Amino acid sequence: MSEDVLFQLNGVGKSFVKGKEKISIFDDLNMSIERGDFVAIMGPSGSGKTTLLNMLGGVDQPTSGEIWFDGTRIDSLSESALTRWRAQNIGFIFQFYNLMPMLNAQRNVELPLLLTKLSKAQRRKNVETALALVGLSDRAKHMSSEMSGGQQQRVAIARAIVSDPKLILCDEPTGDLDRATADEILEMLQLLNRDHGKTIVMVTHDPAAAKYAKLTLHLDKGKFVQREIVA
Amino acid sequence: MGSLIAQIISVTLMNLGSLRRRLWMSLAMVLASAVVVAILLAFLAMAKGFEETMRGAGSSQIAILMREGSSTELNSVILQDQVNLITESAGVARDANGPLVSPELYVIVDGIKRSSGTEANIPLRGLNETGMAMRTNMRLTEGRMFVPGTNEMIVGEGVLREFSGFDIGSEVRFGKNLWKVVGVFSTGGNIFESELWADIKTIQSHYNRGSSYQSIRLQLDNDGGLASVKQTIAREPRLNLDAQTEREYFASQGKQLQYIATFGWVISAVMALGALAGALNTMYTSVADRAKEIATLRALGFSNFSAFCGTIAEAMVLAVAGGLLGSLAAYLFFDGLNTSTLGGSFTQVVFSFEMSPDLFLQGAILALVIGFVSGFFPAWRAARMPVIVAFRHAA
Ligand SMILES: Nc1ncnc2c1ncn2[C@@H]1O[C@H](COP(=O)(O)OP(=O)(O)OP(=O)(O)O)[C@@H](O)[C@H]1O
Ligand SMILES: [Mg+2]
Repeated sequence: MSEDVLFQLNGVGKSFVKGKEKISIFDDLNMSIERGDFVAIMGPSGSGKTTLLNMLGGVDQPTSGEIWFDGTRIDSLSESALTRWRAQNIGFIFQFYNLMPMLNAQRNVELPLLLTKLSKAQRRKNVETALALVGLSDRAKHMSSEMSGGQQQRVAIARAIVSDPKLILCDEPTGDLDRATADEILEMLQLLNRDHGKTIVMVTHDPAAAKYAKLTLHLDKGKFVQREIVA
Repeated sequence: MGSLIAQIISVTLMNLGSLRRRLWMSLAMVLASAVVVAILLAFLAMAKGFEETMRGAGSSQIAILMREGSSTELNSVILQDQVNLITESAGVARDANGPLVSPELYVIVDGIKRSSGTEANIPLRGLNETGMAMRTNMRLTEGRMFVPGTNEMIVGEGVLREFSGFDIGSEVRFGKNLWKVVGVFSTGGNIFESELWADIKTIQSHYNRGSSYQSIRLQLDNDGGLASVKQTIAREPRLNLDAQTEREYFASQGKQLQYIATFGWVISAVMALGALAGALNTMYTSVADRAKEIATLRALGFSNFSAFCGTIAEAMVLAVAGGLLGSLAAYLFFDGLNTSTLGGSFTQVVFSFEMSPDLFLQGAILALVIGFVSGFFPAWRAARMPVIVAFRHAA
């Protein structure tokens, strides 16, 4: 495995048992994601994009095959080891932001830092830095109900990067936003990838969103059917 | 480890922060827990108050003698000869006027309860001057002492409080005889305050008791005391009597109402089951309501143990809040509340509900148990919440 490879999937299969029926989504998926890449995954609804992203993020497990991350085989980790692994390596960005409604922006962004050994002062400093990066320093005390969708998604981005994870996983990060706001968010992801060296994997329906990525993979019927590299 | 505690604390605070969304269900759980705890405390306070009243009455320096096998004064008979024999016994204290022995009579009269307007039994005790002198904590709070040989009586403060028609100066008819209330006495809150006192000779003649009695009270000396008195009884075949200290006697009477405490626990346990069903429902709803938040935190790397603890903590906070509310209500409504009930001799004993820290502790334990049990299974569900719920496409 090359030094540059962050993720390596070998013969990954995933199936669900529904009643007596076995639904197979993938049976032999192979792929690798390089360090510092920005990958968009596209495909029709039901093609397994979310399922794949969940397996990369260690919140769902393959039924067969291997998933390697930076030298660790994550598909065989225990539940609690996976939880710790997520805290250290992954930042999630969700379609519906998933902010805690009872916490203000600052406290939402601080959440991943509660899992670290950082002191309160260090946590505050990191939160400020992350909020500044997404341009929301002046909204630190706002609750999510007082913010627009785009602002909430920016808080979610700050939360995803505050603990400096290697990988950011986004499931339809602009699926709930209008075009202009979506472009702002995508530019922000691009900036994180280009200037801060974050590896990003993004699932999207939207070809315009995929244009921000360096590489687009098309998933259909359990296979990658097309690979586009954006210049 | 430090991080685990930080996780649990922040998850708990978030759960409590989301309570507003489940306001009515959560309040219902608080209320159910409050009612159960208040009911338990009411029963316990009743048992406790009764026991205290009975215990306070007894002295270990005074012996009470009744006919062998009689558990109460009411079914005991003692003859003048027996009194004379006991007066000569070793172990009996004496003062300048002779041995401190008080033969006493105990009859039952009717009174009308203020609370219900119904008839209930009151003991009328006949004593002589020695008997009066032996009750050192007795104090007249109003009026004067009865004059021996007349139909005068004094009433205990408890009787005055619970029964109507015993105000000072009033005349009361018991059977054929008319009595006059000339004084009110206190004995510091104990059982004697539930009695009427009058001259023993007058009662003997009105109730055709000849020269018989029902109990003997005597002051024990510091040499042999009760042991010497018991020896006298054992050696003299005419003395078919049981001797015990007054403290022992009242303590055994006080225990009779311990069944109230047991009954209270049983009632509360049954009600707690009902409260638990509601509380479980509240907590399962809470987990369902917070599903996306729980899953999101898990995706961020929060442990399933923190999801478990946060849910248990929420249940405990609600149940304990209810426990506090219930304790407060029980304290406001029941502490010091006067009531009366059947004492050992089927007479009314007037006593107060008594709240005390150990009762509140029992209430707190009940609330904690309700909280823990109602939180446990929903917390288990929270801990096992699949993380992919965070990605479900529903806002
Ligand atoms: N827990 C599950 N049990 C059974 N089937 C499932 C489960 N999760 C996903 N599936 C099925 O797996 C397939 C892929 O689902 P997935 O959510 O990954 O698709 P997707 O590409 O993200 O679709 P969309 O674009 O609509 O979000 C679907 O057919 C879905 O019904
Ligand atoms: Mg999807």
